[in-house]
Amino acid sequence: MPATRRRFVIGGLTATGGLLLGMPLTATEAEPEIEAIGASDSGERQLGYFITINPDNTVIIGSNQPEIGQGNRTTLPMLVAEELGVDFANVSVKGMPLGIVRTPEGMRWRYGGQGVGGSTGLTDNWEFMREVGARARLMLEQTAAGQWEVAVEDVYVEKGYVRHADGRSKSFGELVTSAARLPVPDEAPALKPVKDFEIAGHHQTGVDAHDIITGRIRYGMDVDEPGMKYAVIARSPWHDGTVKSFDAARALKVSGVRQVFTIEGPAPGEPYLILASGVAVVADSTWAALQGRRALEIEWTRGSYPDESTESFDHQCEELLNGDGQVVRNDGDFDAAIASADRVIEKTYSVPFVSHAPLEPQNCFAHVDGDRCRVIVPTQMPSSVSRSVAAATGIDRMKIEVEMTRVGGGFGRRLTTDYAAEAALISKHAGVPVKLVWSREDDIRHDFYRPAGHHHLKAGLDKTGTPVAWTQRLASASKYYRRPNMPDDNLWSAELYPDDFPGNLVENYRLEWFNVKSSLPRGSWRAPAHTANAFVIQSFLDEIAHETGQDPVALRLKMLGEARELKYDGHGGPTFNPGRLAKLLTFVSDRIDYGRSRPNGRGVGVACHFTFGGYSAHALEVEVTEEGELSIERIIAAIDCGYAVNPNAVEAQVQGATVDGLSTALNLAITVKDGQIVQSNFNDYPLAKIAAFPANFESHILNWDETPTGVGEIPLPSAAPALTNAIFAATGKRIRRLPIGDQLRV
Amino acid sequence: MVKFKVNGKPVRFEGDPQTPLLWVLRDELKLYGTRFGCGIGECGACTVHLAGNASRSCITPVAAVQNIEITTIEGLSDDGEHPVQQAWLEHDVPQCGYCQSGQIMAATEFLRRVPNPTDEDIDRNMTNLCRCGTYVRIRKAIHRAAQITRERGEA
Repeated sequence: MPATRRRFVIGGLTATGGLLLGMPLTATEAEPEIEAIGASDSGERQLGYFITINPDNTVIIGSNQPEIGQGNRTTLPMLVAEELGVDFANVSVKGMPLGIVRTPEGMRWRYGGQGVGGSTGLTDNWEFMREVGARARLMLEQTAAGQWEVAVEDVYVEKGYVRHADGRSKSFGELVTSAARLPVPDEAPALKPVKDFEIAGHHQTGVDAHDIITGRIRYGMDVDEPGMKYAVIARSPWHDGTVKSFDAARALKVSGVRQVFTIEGPAPGEPYLILASGVAVVADSTWAALQGRRALEIEWTRGSYPDESTESFDHQCEELLNGDGQVVRNDGDFDAAIASADRVIEKTYSVPFVSHAPLEPQNCFAHVDGDRCRVIVPTQMPSSVSRSVAAATGIDRMKIEVEMTRVGGGFGRRLTTDYAAEAALISKHAGVPVKLVWSREDDIRHDFYRPAGHHHLKAGLDKTGTPVAWTQRLASASKYYRRPNMPDDNLWSAELYPDDFPGNLVENYRLEWFNVKSSLPRGSWRAPAHTANAFVIQSFLDEIAHETGQDPVALRLKMLGEARELKYDGHGGPTFNPGRLAKLLTFVSDRIDYGRSRPNGRGVGVACHFTFGGYSAHALEVEVTEEGELSIERIIAAIDCGYAVNPNAVEAQVQGATVDGLSTALNLAITVKDGQIVQSNFNDYPLAKIAAFPANFESHILNWDETPTGVGEIPLPSAAPALTNAIFAATGKRIRRLPIGDQLRV
Repeated sequence: MVKFKVNGKPVRFEGDPQTPLLWVLRDELKLYGTRFGCGIGECGACTVHLAGNASRSCITPVAAVQNIEITTIEGLSDDGEHPVQQAWLEHDVPQCGYCQSGQIMAATEFLRRVPNPTDEDIDRNMTNLCRCGTYVRIRKAIHRAAQITRERGEA
């Protein structure tokens, strides 16, 4: 076959209409490509971007997604390997950079969509990765069939070999250089039935586990490039504060400090390219930079809300809830239904700001070199990094290389790319390659916090104690604050999902939102809005049940009803099946023997919630002593994520998200005083330790069908309300304000 | 000048003697397995062994390790053979993995002191933070590591 110029297309249609997925094309079928960024290997042993077959028949599979601990460096290559037909033990994984292409029609992905958040890493790539593997397998089959002069239907693949019934076989390693020269098949080959999976659907150990336990694994914090300097920034402690004056004389005398200069943050009300104004210190080592920063003398202006405090925030919420808000859903006639209800119950709950606090603090390496920039960064959104760096430096996106490191925890913090813009600004100004590092204090004091708010719930019950009227009135600081092109009347949509349970199940249903003003930057924190709403809804249902003498499980099951699909607009839709939630709730309640009465001071609580397409339920048993010491005695967590592609990784997320939800509810809050964040490190933002969690901690996966949903966020929201419901059962004390903190202490 | 040993190799450090050992290990010696999480000794990601004792290197000035033998995660074994590392693999403990060097260094020293720990022993002694919440598997892996050690007949 004559050599033809290779062209690489993502998501483009061929002349024959096939959708090509990261596979090379011959030039005649290519969409013209003006330029691309994101180097890829292009060896003769490579099938497309994702698969390289070595002479010894081992396989290298490319990972195009950020790895934040959710395990997709293992799970997505599992899908490729499954369809390709190799033994997963013979697979190693190689990270891929950001790949984007400029075409006449605009920017395109080169390696498929890259970015993780909203528990979409698997759902967005479930078919894509399988098709990548399947096409490559077909090319190998075609090559062998061609060499043996048989029909391609007469050959089959088995663990790295193409075989014929007559006994002939060839390894992928022998076939790949010929296969790589074939045109990519137009038709998507049939994918394996899920029931035939040998790799997916089975427990697989993480591909990086050995590197992690030997200390060899590398994060953004570990980047070390020739000529690199180290930088830290002293950021304004007041939101929207600026540098009024600064004196760098002492800082510049610190051994190793090289440069000191100001960094300009966004004007009040403007979107956050970076979070804050400040003063950058560039030095020969991390310690020198930190010491240099300590020696700075800076006077700040006090920004846009210098008197903000947690008290003033709470007061604002209370005042707003006394008035009328923006009604965002209004079914039936709530007021009439309340007036004629047999009984009315109303309660108010309060959820605080919290910080992401990934254990690896923010950091970014950037080297601005004339009209080019190289970035090495822990991120959830590499394309946003590219955009932020372009905005910060004016460099063309096609000249910005973004290499993704492993991420020491995401949780939604690394969806925002402010720290990449900071690093680029510093490198550009300083004229050297720079690794910008945030201290823990920087990270806690500067964040896109989870929104805080007050929730007022009111329900009218009929004679059976079933809600026939329900309203949730939420005053919160929307995470859409200062998002570009975000109209004020759409701020609510970050805070309330109108089709959340019990919407569509209560005839007279009203949701109302109030815009609370705050200077704190806000963003997506694991299971955004669901962390708050699940807590209040599942607590309120529990309160309704207890006040009317109903069993809290029975009340929920009565309201959820049978398995059927209801509409669900928004992320996680298009449908919500309350029967799947009921099934999980029944499972955990039975497992913890919910109906059995516990001795004084011990109690059980349950909760369940639908998040971004997946279902979760928790049952917890707690003990509270007479002095008010709380201990969690038993945890039962259950998830329905459709189909568990890597049950090992799903279980890990169930465990981790449960710990996250409970740790946050127990002791975590970000508070404000005199316009500044109060907390600074793990001494006053105390993440829970192992002692808080019992050995008696079960995680269950209940598959529903053969289509996977996301997992990373799904288990989190039902954990906290199960805990506070258990506390009520144990003590008669109802926690309506998070975190639990000292509220139980006598 | 401060002279000490890291994983059996002699080191001479001539910089600021108040530099935390953590930054000497990372920025000078390029041993990146010991990690920075908080800088105030609260999270344990920086845990190393000083003459066999678990120590948080972010709050240990390098001056304090004069003539001391230090072991980091890189020096714990040749290629992950330590019972704690093997147990960590069997239970697939890590998620993001950032805290795990510190967890392993803390666990190895804990098991040397308490070879057959109860869950209460684990609660009292393992105070390293894990933001991903791998505590369930850490607990199981510690019990398993104790068992592997018994099986191997190691002290």
